[in-house]
Amino acid sequence: MKILVCISSVPDTTSKITFSDGDTKFNTDGVQWILNPYDEWYALVRALELKEAGGGNVTVINVGGPDNDAIIRKALAVGADDAIRVNSNVTEPFQVASQIANAAKDGGYDIIFTGKETINYNGSNIGGMVAELLDMAFVSYASKLEMSGNIATIERDIEGGKEVVEVKTPFVVSASKGLAEQRIPNMKGIMMAKRKPLNVVEEVPSEARRAIQKYILPAPKAAVKLISPDNVEELVDLLHNEAKMI
Amino acid sequence: MAVLVYIETEKGAPKRNGFEAASYAGKHAANTGNDCIALTLGEGDDAELAKLGAYGVSKVIKIDDARLNSFDSKAYAKAISEEAKVLGIHTVIFSQSANGKSIASRVAVRLQAGIVSGAVDVPDTSNGFLVKKTAFSGKAFAFINISSENKVVAIVPNSFGIHQGSGSASVEKGSVSLSDSDFSVTVKEIKKQVGDTLPLPEAELVVSAGRGMKGPENWGIIEDLAKVLGATTACSRPVADVGWRPHHEHVGQTGVAIRPNLYIAIGISGAIQHLAGVNQSKVIVVINKDPEAPFFKAADYGIVGDAFEVVPKLTEAIKKLKSA
Ligand SMILES: Cc1cc2nc3c(=O)[nH]c(=O)nc-3n(C[C@H](O)[C@H](O)[C@H](O)COP(=O)(O)OP(=O)(O)OC[C@H]3O[C@@H](n4cnc5c(N)ncnc54)[C@H](O)[C@@H]3O)c2cc1C
Repeated sequence: MKILVCISSVPDTTSKITFSDGDTKFNTDGVQWILNPYDEWYALVRALELKEAGGGNVTVINVGGPDNDAIIRKALAVGADDAIRVNSNVTEPFQVASQIANAAKDGGYDIIFTGKETINYNGSNIGGMVAELLDMAFVSYASKLEMSGNIATIERDIEGGKEVVEVKTPFVVSASKGLAEQRIPNMKGIMMAKRKPLNVVEEVPSEARRAIQKYILPAPKAAVKLISPDNVEELVDLLHNEAKMI
Repeated sequence: MAVLVYIETEKGAPKRNGFEAASYAGKHAANTGNDCIALTLGEGDDAELAKLGAYGVSKVIKIDDARLNSFDSKAYAKAISEEAKVLGIHTVIFSQSANGKSIASRVAVRLQAGIVSGAVDVPDTSNGFLVKKTAFSGKAFAFINISSENKVVAIVPNSFGIHQGSGSASVEKGSVSLSDSDFSVTVKEIKKQVGDTLPLPEAELVVSAGRGMKGPENWGIIEDLAKVLGATTACSRPVADVGWRPHHEHVGQTGVAIRPNLYIAIGISGAIQHLAGVNQSKVIVVINKDPEAPFFKAADYGIVGDAFEVVPKLTEAIKKLKSA
């Protein structure tokens, strides 16, 4: 089976979020970049498990600049066989999806994985866009995926439950929690990753459809009102009469 | 130019998130002097669909092809896009639910539309088409301008609210027809969680607990509190990771992002990744025995105390209020 895993580079979860250039740019000073957790922990690991069980090849693809090579090497260290980086200065999701679809269209991939969303823009756009561009099925928020021949049975998260679907390869699937268990790369993996192929290809043009104009931070919270543990009635009163929540 | 809003249905009636999407689309349509048309797929009960009229919708179009009774992103996206083209529509609105998100991005490709998902307010059209959306998992907001002629917006549940007015919408059948090759998945089963509370992404009241509860056997007091409030239960990540609670309860940056009206956090320290998923709650109450717990900085109300003593007392006090 040939599997493609889309990976993204995102700020570490503890990063302080600030902006520069009159609040029009994310301030990357001192920001540590990591593999997007949904891509690394769930999508990539489930792809590797499928390969281990049934043979095949796992390729990771990233759309971005040379700075992303570090997170790509990390994915290779976790176990991917090879990597593609589409050299690009990313500005919007359609641009990313266009590059992935273009790189994948002649690749003969049976499954294309994405994470359920990136933790910086939380758009959940790439999987559906790639599927549409390639005219494939798309199953989002998979928390379980089993293959039998060319048919996958997938459990996906929906509000208040799970939906079980069957889909034939080729398809696009986005990974949510539970699909696999995070793997920590070992020394051997890290050494091998240095020799695995990382092919850099140039971007194809795509039409610009949107632009970020500015960012804002949420308004700071007023100081907490502390209530004595011996007087929970006061909390109930505040929630009822002041906050009007209960 | 009319605005189209896709409405999710269950057994032929709009879902709760559908009323919110209709309210949002209705408001945007009114702001721009347009009509708001709703679209439903699969079986539709005309009397139930007409109720969308009270939320700003003038007309409901239903494509009641039985094959659309179960969800398929490819077929749904085609039906919505084709109907939008027939109607000459340039703006399509979705609720950012599990299904809504999966089709919005496909529809954007089909309509060559710029898309903003994660919207929390109606577009500002005074100079372009500027949409406010959540970014960095709730740690910030971004304003994004869509420049393409066609536009797709998906809104975060509970961000705009349901605004009921009066009126009734007309219901018509859509003109789009699909072929078998438009369908790509087979839905085998839907497993609903038991219980009658709202699912987390839509919940208005949430009671959440963390490692401070010491073990899964102690969740009784959490469930009791949730029950008197009619709240949905949630938990921190480590609690789900060790299996004290199911994964679907995990909220935060790598779990479910929520924005209830009231979030009560019990025995949760308030790590940055946890806060990312919950800090857009309107009111936050923190109960923690450590006065230095970072969560107090993000809280509106706090009790420094032992959860095992405070929570049962709180439950009793709320019971008293409710029976008063
Ligand atoms: C990449 C990454 C992603 C992450 N994503 C998430 C996420 O999405 N969601 C998430 O929740 N976490 C996430 N985490 C984990 C996060 O960093 C914290 O470790 C986690 O939130 C802590 O959970 P907790 O508050 O339940 O436990 P702890 O930090 O152990 O806190 C327990 C709290 O309970 C209090 N307590 C103890 N006993 C009592 C008592 N009797 N009464 C009252 N209070 C008591 C303590 O004072 C303490 O504050 C992530 C971490 C990483 C690295």
